[in-house]
Amino acid sequence: MWEFPLFPDSASTFAPKVDALYIGLVLISAAFTFAFAFFVLFFAVKYRRGSNADRSNIRDSSPLAEAIYITVPTLMGIGLFIWGAIIYFELISPPADSIEIYVTGKQWMWKAQHPEGSSEINELHVPAGKPVRLIMTSEDVIHSYFIPDFRAKQDVLPGRYTTMWFHPTKVGRFRLFCTEYCGTEHSRMGGWVTVMEPSAYEAWLEGSSETNGLAAEGEALFRQYHCSGCHGANSTVKAPPLEGVFGGPVPLLNDPKDPQSGSKIIVADERYVRDSILRPMDEVVSGYEPLMPSFAGQIPEEDLLKLVAYIKSIGRGRAGRTLSDRGMSEGEGASSNITDFMGGASANGGTDQ
Amino acid sequence: MNSAPRSDDSQAIKESDSSMGYLGADYTIKSWLLTTDHKRIGLLYMISITVFFLLGGAAASLLRLELMTPRGDVFGSPDDYNRSFTIHGVFMVFFFLIPGVPAVLGNFLVPLMIGARDLAFPRLNLMSWYIYMIGGLFTLYALVAGGVDTGWTFYTPYSTMFSNTQVIAAALGIFIVGFSSILTALNFIVTIHTMRAPGMTWLRLPLFIWANYATSLIIVLGTPVLAITIILVAVERLFKVGIFDPAYGGDPLLFQHLFWFYSHPAVYIMILPSFGVISEIVTAFARKKIFGYTFMAGALLAIAVLGFLVWGHHMFVSSQSMYAGMIFSVLSFLVAVPSGIKVFNWTATLYKGSVSFKTPMLYALGFIGLFTIGGLTGLVLSTMATDVHVHDTYFVVAHFHYIMVGGMVMAYLGGLHFWWPKITGRMYSEFWGALSALTVFIGFNLTFFPQFLLGYIGMPRRYYEYPEEYQVLNVMSTAGASVLAVGYMMPLLYLLISLKVGKIAGPNPWAASGLEWETASPPPTHNFLDTKIVTSGPYDYELQEYADSHRAVQEQGIV
Repeated sequence: MWEFPLFPDSASTFAPKVDALYIGLVLISAAFTFAFAFFVLFFAVKYRRGSNADRSNIRDSSPLAEAIYITVPTLMGIGLFIWGAIIYFELISPPADSIEIYVTGKQWMWKAQHPEGSSEINELHVPAGKPVRLIMTSEDVIHSYFIPDFRAKQDVLPGRYTTMWFHPTKVGRFRLFCTEYCGTEHSRMGGWVTVMEPSAYEAWLEGSSETNGLAAEGEALFRQYHCSGCHGANSTVKAPPLEGVFGGPVPLLNDPKDPQSGSKIIVADERYVRDSILRPMDEVVSGYEPLMPSFAGQIPEEDLLKLVAYIKSIGRGRAGRTLSDRGMSEGEGASSNITDFMGGASANGGTDQ
Repeated sequence: MNSAPRSDDSQAIKESDSSMGYLGADYTIKSWLLTTDHKRIGLLYMISITVFFLLGGAAASLLRLELMTPRGDVFGSPDDYNRSFTIHGVFMVFFFLIPGVPAVLGNFLVPLMIGARDLAFPRLNLMSWYIYMIGGLFTLYALVAGGVDTGWTFYTPYSTMFSNTQVIAAALGIFIVGFSSILTALNFIVTIHTMRAPGMTWLRLPLFIWANYATSLIIVLGTPVLAITIILVAVERLFKVGIFDPAYGGDPLLFQHLFWFYSHPAVYIMILPSFGVISEIVTAFARKKIFGYTFMAGALLAIAVLGFLVWGHHMFVSSQSMYAGMIFSVLSFLVAVPSGIKVFNWTATLYKGSVSFKTPMLYALGFIGLFTIGGLTGLVLSTMATDVHVHDTYFVVAHFHYIMVGGMVMAYLGGLHFWWPKITGRMYSEFWGALSALTVFIGFNLTFFPQFLLGYIGMPRRYYEYPEEYQVLNVMSTAGASVLAVGYMMPLLYLLISLKVGKIAGPNPWAASGLEWETASPPPTHNFLDTKIVTSGPYDYELQEYADSHRAVQEQGIV
């Protein structure tokens, strides 16, 4: 109990960088604080009432001094800003080969779903030495996913996906908190992030997977919600096919209600897929009629994540709908991290990159 | 201003009996409740904000007691804890910090300092106090009828769709009290523009006036946004209109933008008047002109303007666009520059001064120290990469308490001690005054410094229970809070006692410069017996040689 730490554990690649920046800021702050304290006390004592200190040539103002007060802190501030911004860019730019895990927050628990099908509550298992990207949403109020030992945090909002990533460097168990006040049990909405050796992680995934993987479940839901009726290959309704869409450019009408309004290009990401299911009228693919009904309120968040995982699995560069086949061998299919990971899981690390 | 009556003037001492002046004009309750005298309204505010401060402080004490141990024990349930931190935040922010210096000291001093008989709209001034009380009572009602558990920030969609507490009543209270701020601010702006004494040009205004002017501008421009936001929250909550809750088609981030568009400038509403107080005290006790007057006034206005452009630094991890984040981050660094100018110039004012260490000066020196720490730790929060880690942890709690409590409350108490002789005509015990300043300073640092460490090692704010490894620092913080509480109780006692037994102060016990010191203490109802004509700038302190030769005289009135 009487330990007196100044820093949390340093368990991700961010930790040393953020700590270095923090130490820099603290040193600068301390230097200024001590300088002010010294001068205030020194002047106050030296020029105390009745002292014999020299008080000739009193000046009321000095443009030179003011110019220094303004320039030095401004330059210093801009320098610190740049240092902070560079690290910040790293904090929000996940590498392409990240493992992707879906996280849902709700009052008052965290649910994590691995693409392979394992799901866990208030726990998160990740392998050491690999970047991990979390795709997160909330079912009710705003929460915030915070792992102090990783120096990583991101608010989790209802109605949209937010993402965060980290690269764990140390095997162990690290605390997970909710840091956005969310009601009664806010302080109990937390748990543990367990960082494992990659091989142990593979074994854990194997042992805890109850299903065939998120994408496979998503494929089943794709039929269950009748998505395949229009988007399937043999459909008579004119709806855009979804193979190869994810990760690639999509031409959208500038004005969803006007087919002649010209088009703009966006990149299909998780947000786009989600919004296309819940608010199909907002973004209409060029050359198609706005026919699709909204599924808002009909598909729970967890099912949405599975559908997104499925659409992703048949996305750009992916090998058709073979993902439900867990026996895929190395090199087959695509460079999708899900694909790699699926292959890796079954071949016990065979496609580890 | 050279005609300032000295404290050895027997005529002045006779006039400075507290049975005289505005206090002795009439003793009936009605004469207080229906007064249009800005000085009496200032006192009405002083009493009411003290009550709210004590309520908010009592809630804070319970919170600190709860946090002594990792498990919940003082409160029966997390809900009670959540209600208590909401009470603490709402009362302290909206009913103490924001009205504190302007409505009490500003009300009392703005007309006196510019040589006016009253504020421009005396009845509006009284009305603003009544509005403040109605808002306060509404909020108290919300507290009695079940409490509110959203925190003072009322984040959506929790506040609009999920909380089962009296959100509407509390929000209505805050809505109402906003109008009180707006009316006071409007009154100040008009008064400062139109009622300055002959010769009181803009560049001869004391910095306290500049500070209240800049604050009033922020209040008038920012508070309506808060009012609109509260209405939107109420509309969504009552009529299920989708504004903030995505389940109804709203956007939860919209609330944060609107809320911080007001609430970040509100930080400057709380701290700018304090800058004014400190400038008055430092010059009076260094017996020197403020260093860099025009830069000090300009810095106040620069903060008021820049303060409106940095709200997004509360939202770096909210999923706000990273480009927006960059702009808000760099602007937040820039807003530190005018704050730095203030601290530099206060320090430079001491240089070659003639410094004495009476109670107000001790509070002011404490302010400079605590505000400096509070401001510099703000850099950790405006740097995006470090903010990601410390956002919504105790680091933030410590930072804004250094600014709010270490800054505003120290300045308020310093100002109260500085002008107490003017307000009441009596001197308080200097020994107890100095002791309270010291106790508050030590208690404050003990309470809040451990919270910086606590935040960096990861303890989130608004936690009813916490992991055991955070206990040592929490115990230190709670121990400090008990010292701080003693420090705050002391002035409450000795200032009240001074009303009975305090030495007669005389018009100018500190030999300070400024029009408010040129009239009797307490001042007559219409402030001045003759029209003041101003012929020089503020802080026109005598040269040191004179100061020394008059030292014996100056200090006669002060024990």
